[in-house]
Amino acid sequence: MASTDMVRLEDLHTGNSRLSGRKHVLSIMVENRAGVLARVAGLFSRRGFNIDTLAVGPTEDPEVSRITLTIDGAVHPIDQVTKQLHKLINVLKIRDMEPDETVAREMALFKVSAAVENRAEIVQFAEIFRAKIVDVSRRALIVEVTGSHDKIEAFESMLRPHGLLEMVRTGEVALARGGD
Amino acid sequence: MRAADALFKSLEVEGVDHIFGIPGGANLPTYDALVDADLRHVQARHEQAAGHAAEGYAHASGKVGVAFGTSGPGATNLVTAIADAMMDSVPTVFITGQVRTDLIGTDGFQEADIVGITMPIVKHSLLCTEPEHIPEYVHEAFHIASTGRPGPVLVDIPQDLARAEIDYQERTEPVDLSGYKPTVEGNLKQIRLAAKAMANARRPVIYSGGGVNLGDASAELRELCASDKFPVTSTLMGLGCFPADDEQWLGMLGMHGTRTANYAMDEADLIIAIGARFDDRITGKLSEFAPSAKFIHIDIDPAEISKNVPAHIPIVGDVKLVLPKLTREYQTLQTDSSRLDGWWSRIKAWQGEYPLTYEPGGPGEIKPQLMVQKLHELTGGDAIVASDVGQHQMWAAQYYGFNQPRRWINSGGLGTMGFGLPAAIGAKVARPDDQVICISGDGSLIMNIQEMATAVNEEVPVKVFLMNNGFMGMVRQWQELFWSERYSGVENGPSPDWVKLTEAFGAQGLRCEDSADLEEMIVATLDADGPALLDVRVSPRENCYPMIPAGNAARDMVG
Repeated sequence: MASTDMVRLEDLHTGNSRLSGRKHVLSIMVENRAGVLARVAGLFSRRGFNIDTLAVGPTEDPEVSRITLTIDGAVHPIDQVTKQLHKLINVLKIRDMEPDETVAREMALFKVSAAVENRAEIVQFAEIFRAKIVDVSRRALIVEVTGSHDKIEAFESMLRPHGLLEMVRTGEVALARGGD
Repeated sequence: MRAADALFKSLEVEGVDHIFGIPGGANLPTYDALVDADLRHVQARHEQAAGHAAEGYAHASGKVGVAFGTSGPGATNLVTAIADAMMDSVPTVFITGQVRTDLIGTDGFQEADIVGITMPIVKHSLLCTEPEHIPEYVHEAFHIASTGRPGPVLVDIPQDLARAEIDYQERTEPVDLSGYKPTVEGNLKQIRLAAKAMANARRPVIYSGGGVNLGDASAELRELCASDKFPVTSTLMGLGCFPADDEQWLGMLGMHGTRTANYAMDEADLIIAIGARFDDRITGKLSEFAPSAKFIHIDIDPAEISKNVPAHIPIVGDVKLVLPKLTREYQTLQTDSSRLDGWWSRIKAWQGEYPLTYEPGGPGEIKPQLMVQKLHELTGGDAIVASDVGQHQMWAAQYYGFNQPRRWINSGGLGTMGFGLPAAIGAKVARPDDQVICISGDGSLIMNIQEMATAVNEEVPVKVFLMNNGFMGMVRQWQELFWSERYSGVENGPSPDWVKLTEAFGAQGLRCEDSADLEEMIVATLDADGPALLDVRVSPRENCYPMIPAGNAARDMVG
């Protein structure tokens, strides 16, 4: 009897909510060819997806590059973003990195105005955040810091009151933990 | 072998026997090699038209359409056709000449970064940097254009590379791209689930789209529909995938669809979307679209699933492979069709109350709808109909009644005015033994009228039926209905004289101004030797109804 295992329409549900509400780190393996970054970036602008950070670099395989980008899942349906990315022929693999299973790091350089009276305090902050002073001049210091996105945000907020002259951040790069 | 000759060898391996295009400086080597190539080149008069002809060819034949253009303006002229092919998923390969590699990036004569320009509107593009790559890129282009969700692929070849000598070896193994593996089979578990949901639906509707035509799955769709009394509707792009004269047919859905089809979607408890993409012209106001329905969505493109409307049962796969499995699973359930009786009596009531109809014209007046009905009658309902974009397109879609796939060729997604005539030429080249007509409007036709020269010189006997109302009719209709009758830029005036213009091209021009002459004139045009055009003076201010005003829900149809 077929009717006993019928699927009742009222029991059907769509997949997970389309907006996850959190930041996502996408690790995108692409062919190392001219124009591939333009295709990926162009896809985001065409579909109205906003990239928060972007980092591109070589991988262990010279024919493959890794694009690591972060995107706000509270605004954009990540599922749709990854499916559109998969349609690019040069995109080989996409991983939506699970926060708990991922090591994600960003590097930043901060040029801080450092007069004699606050120089010690900046050096102290740098020690606490395990940052390094990489350039010293009479009026300014350049501090290098590596860490999670949050750590860098925190460090930046500590430095700001001292007069942040310039800053540059790499955008997050990430690898999955474990051996797979 | 010269790379340009290898290009044609590779095209021959891909089974290409027709190409549409125009030469220029940067693709001179290609055109030189064409002299010795074993295929027919149809010389268009504008690259945009060459592109649309390639689309028409692909639609009519199911094969990949190929268009050639030179660098710079030749390539940029192709852009509209490329965008059109992207929106309607037409398998096409565009091969452009590019300036010499040493000139690239220097703003050289006729240089345009066509790969960059077209990046958002291609399925894929390939810029050749080594002459040895040319054959390989051709095969990749055909593979990508014709598999998965079809679409346009651009191959850009710098002039010096086409002239270079290469060691050509015919490719025998299939193309394998690690970043491109379309899912075709369909998940059997999901298919079973879908069958069970269908068996339990009380108010199901099958919503079929262009994917069924593109996937050559019309027969498979018909079998599924025959496995029970499922009501069936199609999108504009899907027309012909299910016979319009079948009892289960509800008519087209969407903005100018039938009330029955739209009301059925509005009240459905289960919508089975097959090769369709929930375009805004279908859904109207998204938040009020099919409020009671659950959705099964079958599509080869995973990105379409849940893009606009969340799917309850997604099935990614090729409709031609998925539908027979679904039919088989459904049949094993041995359902009782009588559960759909109530639904059908509701549908029949709509069909009785809201047939597709129009006010008959006054004495001698030619109603545009009548013109389409007469064309249906006098072509035996079996012509390949290429259309332009606007009111005439909607009337053709509503009143021609397509019973077979690949008979209706139009620009659905991009809505490209000027598509019709070159697409008809492409279709006729692909299917020389079929009757190919173009239904156009006076706003659209002039946008690529130079292709009459192509039709005459290349001896492609297409018959153009011009629905001449003297207006940009669809825009005029919107200004009348939604912009307080503030008409702006929509009057075409008396120019040109279409009969003289047609004759100037060397084709036969005819005119019909009285409904009493309509049949006779249509027959005369169909029977004309060579290309011909019939200028039909239709009711100038007729509006296309019924209509869901943009942004409204299906139940708010007007007219």
